[in-house]
Amino acid sequence: MSTIQVTINKKAAKSSLASKKSSWSSRIINLFFCALSILLIIPLILVISISFTDEKTLLQHGYHLLPEKFSLEAYSLIFKSPGVLLNAYGITILVTVIGTVIGLFLTSLTAYTISRKDYRYRKPMTLYVFFTTLFSGGLVPFYIMVTQYLHLKDTMWALIVPYLLSPFYILVMKGFLDKIPLEVIESGKIDGASEWRIFFTIVLPLSLPALVTIGLFISFQYWNDWWLGLLFIDDQKLVPLQLMLYRVMSTIEYLSNNMSTVNVSIDMTQFPSLSARMAMAVLAAGPMMIVFPMLQRFFISGLTVGSVKG
Amino acid sequence: MIKKEWRHFKRNRELFIMSLPAIVYKLLLSYLPMLGLVIAFKQYRYDLGVFGSEWVGFKNFKFFFNSDTALIVTRNTILYNLAFIVLTILIALTLAILLNELSRKWIKVHQTVLFLPYFLSWVVVGYVVLAFLDHKNGFLNVILGLFGQDAIKWYEQAKYWPVIIVITQLWKSVGFSTLIYYAGMLSIDSSYYEAAKIDGANRWQMIRKITIPTLMPLIVILFIIDVGKIFRADFGLFYFIPNDSSFLYSTTDVIDTYVYRSLRVVGDIGMSTAIGLYQSVVGFILVLLANWVVKKINSDNALW
Repeated sequence: MSTIQVTINKKAAKSSLASKKSSWSSRIINLFFCALSILLIIPLILVISISFTDEKTLLQHGYHLLPEKFSLEAYSLIFKSPGVLLNAYGITILVTVIGTVIGLFLTSLTAYTISRKDYRYRKPMTLYVFFTTLFSGGLVPFYIMVTQYLHLKDTMWALIVPYLLSPFYILVMKGFLDKIPLEVIESGKIDGASEWRIFFTIVLPLSLPALVTIGLFISFQYWNDWWLGLLFIDDQKLVPLQLMLYRVMSTIEYLSNNMSTVNVSIDMTQFPSLSARMAMAVLAAGPMMIVFPMLQRFFISGLTVGSVKG
Repeated sequence: MIKKEWRHFKRNRELFIMSLPAIVYKLLLSYLPMLGLVIAFKQYRYDLGVFGSEWVGFKNFKFFFNSDTALIVTRNTILYNLAFIVLTILIALTLAILLNELSRKWIKVHQTVLFLPYFLSWVVVGYVVLAFLDHKNGFLNVILGLFGQDAIKWYEQAKYWPVIIVITQLWKSVGFSTLIYYAGMLSIDSSYYEAAKIDGANRWQMIRKITIPTLMPLIVILFIIDVGKIFRADFGLFYFIPNDSSFLYSTTDVIDTYVYRSLRVVGDIGMSTAIGLYQSVVGFILVLLANWVVKKINSDNALW
């Protein structure tokens, strides 16, 4: 239903904009956005360029927007022993998949109950869920709960559980579900279906676009997360992608700081060099930089509904 | 009474069971930790646990508030957030309005680019910033060298960081906010604009009299949410971008990074909890206050 509405609006917007297309003011605006785009993209180009530049050239001339001397050495160094990178990818993919599936189920389930206008405990339940966004115990009690009582430290669940149910996504989901007319659910009830059956066979199929959008939001959050890893993961085998990236960076910082003060002879080829660490960043962030923008229309449709008052 | 309520409950039983996972989840991860806030008034010891540890009154708070750090991290947190809120609204709204003037084909191209940095994690952005600021090889120092200037040790000079932090934040997130406003504009009925055009309104008048007023509820809601979060800093931004460099704490340390270090590096559980409580209480009051003010001005725009 929401998609229909959006397309109608888009068509309307299009027709009203058609007359502006050729005016000189829109050409200036266009030029402005092109300039802005270049400005926004330059940082990314810089990182990619460094990753493809010969190490010696970097040490002599510093970083440049275009590789002065092109080299694939950084990437071949990483691919020679890809264990750490692959393991981190594996952890992140696993966490993202499990987290998204469970999170999506719980989010839609919760959102469904508070979207049902005939549910007696709808108001207290809504307050119960959303009060947590207004007031929280803060970091330490949360940390103690997860480590001392739930015993999740250094387990994969520490990376999954804390993000399973976010009030914001419940709100967005509820926005979608509010549009399902009560009659549809009532007709299911008359047919003698249980609430679970109605939820699985009527509500979920109807809200497929919403599920895609929210699933994307949730998976995006899991994919880019370093916070839970930073708090709860010391075990080398469970380090997710973003945390690995951070550790690579701080190892390098540590080494380069120590090398300038103490004259230790460390074989630098053992450790990721300047270009290799940028290559690591490209390999860690790159794939999603292609995937997420392709899915951005789902993000945007989620924003439109989510920002509407619940 | 009880009997009647029980009958109601039986009728809502299935839906209640469906909301049970959320009830248990929020209880475990949100409400029970709130009880843990008593640690703020205790000398926490792991072996004695939350409730066995000894009461120490306001000692943890005194320790924090008597230090210079309290003032610095609070000031930094609030000033940065204020700068973010104001600049983001101004820039994102302007960009969204400009974007709305373009044809569809171009909007798509530009919005993809605007949105791109949003998909990066703060860790990756940390790498990006390092590529610019690295003392020896960084792009900025290379450029300074071209102009015959001396290289600057960015990660040791606190005075540059307010600008660096603000630019980084805007680079990463302004596209996202722009898209929220732009999406809001798409839902404005185009007949308003057509009617205005017939009445001879120019573009600027339409923006001022139609676009901005229609977007006002959205702007206000986002504003309230942001004000409520003014005491919470984006940890990733302030931890990864300055690379946790202790030279920079005077301008980059915020409440959240300070709490994290007290917990994970210093291990001062009591004080970290106390600061967390201070953060939550002030934040809570601020949201209520912001909502109350908005309600006074225009009750339709209030969050509740």
